[in-house]
Amino acid sequence: MDIFLQQLLNALSLGGTYALLALGLAVVFSIIGLINFAHGELMTVTGYAVCFALIWGLPFPLAVIAGLAVAMTAAFLMERVAFRPVRGASGTTLLLTSFAVSAILRVLFQNLISARPIPVAIPASLSGVVTIGPLHLGMIQLISIIVTLAMLLGLNLFLHRTMAGRAMRAAAEDFAVLRLMGLRANSVVATAFAISGLLAGVAGVLWVAQRGSVDPLMGALPVLKAFIAAIIGGLGSLSGAVAGGFLLGFIEVILQAYLPESLLPYRDAFAILLVIAVLLFRPQGLLARKTLVKL
Amino acid sequence: MTMPDDSLLSIEGLTVSYGAVEAVRGIDLTVRRGEIVTLLGANGAGKSSTLNALVGLAPRKAKRMVFAGTDLTGLPPETIVRRGMTLVPEGRRVFSSLTVEENLMLGGAKHAARGNPAQVKADMLERFPILAERLHQKAGSLSGGEQQMLAIGRALMSSPDLLLLDEPSLGLAPQVVDRIFDLIGNLRDRGLTILLVEQNVAQSLEIADRGYVLANGRVELQGSAEALRSSPEIQDAYLGA
Ligand SMILES: Nc1ncnc2c1ncn2[C@@H]1O[C@H](COP(=O)(O)OP(=O)(O)OP(=O)(O)O)[C@@H](O)[C@H]1O
Ligand SMILES: [Mg+2]
Repeated sequence: MDIFLQQLLNALSLGGTYALLALGLAVVFSIIGLINFAHGELMTVTGYAVCFALIWGLPFPLAVIAGLAVAMTAAFLMERVAFRPVRGASGTTLLLTSFAVSAILRVLFQNLISARPIPVAIPASLSGVVTIGPLHLGMIQLISIIVTLAMLLGLNLFLHRTMAGRAMRAAAEDFAVLRLMGLRANSVVATAFAISGLLAGVAGVLWVAQRGSVDPLMGALPVLKAFIAAIIGGLGSLSGAVAGGFLLGFIEVILQAYLPESLLPYRDAFAILLVIAVLLFRPQGLLARKTLVKL
Repeated sequence: MTMPDDSLLSIEGLTVSYGAVEAVRGIDLTVRRGEIVTLLGANGAGKSSTLNALVGLAPRKAKRMVFAGTDLTGLPPETIVRRGMTLVPEGRRVFSSLTVEENLMLGGAKHAARGNPAQVKADMLERFPILAERLHQKAGSLSGGEQQMLAIGRALMSSPDLLLLDEPSLGLAPQVVDRIFDLIGNLRDRGLTILLVEQNVAQSLEIADRGYVLANGRVELQGSAEALRSSPEIQDAYLGA
């Protein structure tokens, strides 16, 4: 039982990071129909920002704030420079554009920073272990669970209690009609990107804090996972993205814990098999919602 | 024929093309303050394209396109709506996962400058008691008629001078249709100017002052509602006499 509880906490921590990333993908997809494959590079850029802020001698909390600010700015600029010119274009055009942005950023990281991992000086206080009764939980894992829950709560409040949040929910349903309310399309899209940047930034900080280093491809794998999570949940559905993220986290942790040693290298393959199984029964994803992408 | 100074909306040579499809082929249209003008025509005649083009949601070209003294050329929908012309789109298109109240809030979100939103909302709920009852329900859970009321209410939250209505009676039961037409008449009596697209020709010509009949993207007939009602073309094609 304790072991199970322990695994549950591991799953919550990993799944939470996937959920934040999947949510960032879904927020943008729900509004402009773009699957942003450069979302991972927002994580990476956050990692570098935190890393350099620490090297320049900023205290850790300020470095984190700097990282998040850089992530939001990068997301905002990405929209302004790369995605706004192709807004309303076909899904393929949008997809190729986001691949291009992702590839360009990776090359820039490799050539302007370094192709190799750079260590990030994470404060020692974060690497401790917290013991709650029989459970041993990494400090970072604990923080990551708390931060994830706080982000989900915060986003939920934003979406339901503020006018900008209501506008985002409405835009996800029917962008053209939202413009008939007199709300500027550009500001709604910019808000969506800023939020997705913030979510990628938080996930990036949590990821770097666990790994202690940052490299040009850091964001690639987690965002691939987040993409799978968003599909499981039903692309464009925000609650679906969260559910998909946690589900994928659970599947991975359970497989890691209970697969025989010889099969462990195939863990991701098994995870993807389970995803395929989910989609066989619910091709639209778990919490699919009809999205209307019209301008 | 029309005094230029009392026209609220004046359009010349409007065309709407979707790629190779020319949905509207150069129409002239005038709406004067305080009128109900109805735009009639068969399926695919270009009625919705015309309304969508007026608010900037459909690709458009025009020789002249002036609303309340403002040249509409090149303006995006959000700016046009802020100038006082708004559209209740075909098929209602309420935000179904948002509550009734949130739909109304969004309708009034950017219009504090045009009127007192709290007052507008109070008037609205008095006019639509059914919406007041359902304020916290999801818009998607309303009946078709209620959704239409909400769509109109949401548009009225921006205190428009000109309201474009695209087939408000579409798919509604006859008693509900009557209520919608009553409502449109009331709105005009309170000073709102209305451009009404309808398939329901008889009822539209009853409340309208003037009308246009579109066919294949061109104005086929136009005139006062009375003249249209008694014209042989309308009698044959729509009123089944
Ligand atoms: N977004 C679009 N893309 C391409 N073609 C379109 C689009 N919207 C309308 N059309 C075409 O333009 C023509 C006019 O359509 P429109 O919707 O304006 O007609 P309508 O008079 O409103 O018809 P209805 O009574 O069925 O609503 C039709 O041939 C339609 O197929
Ligand atoms: Mg139509």
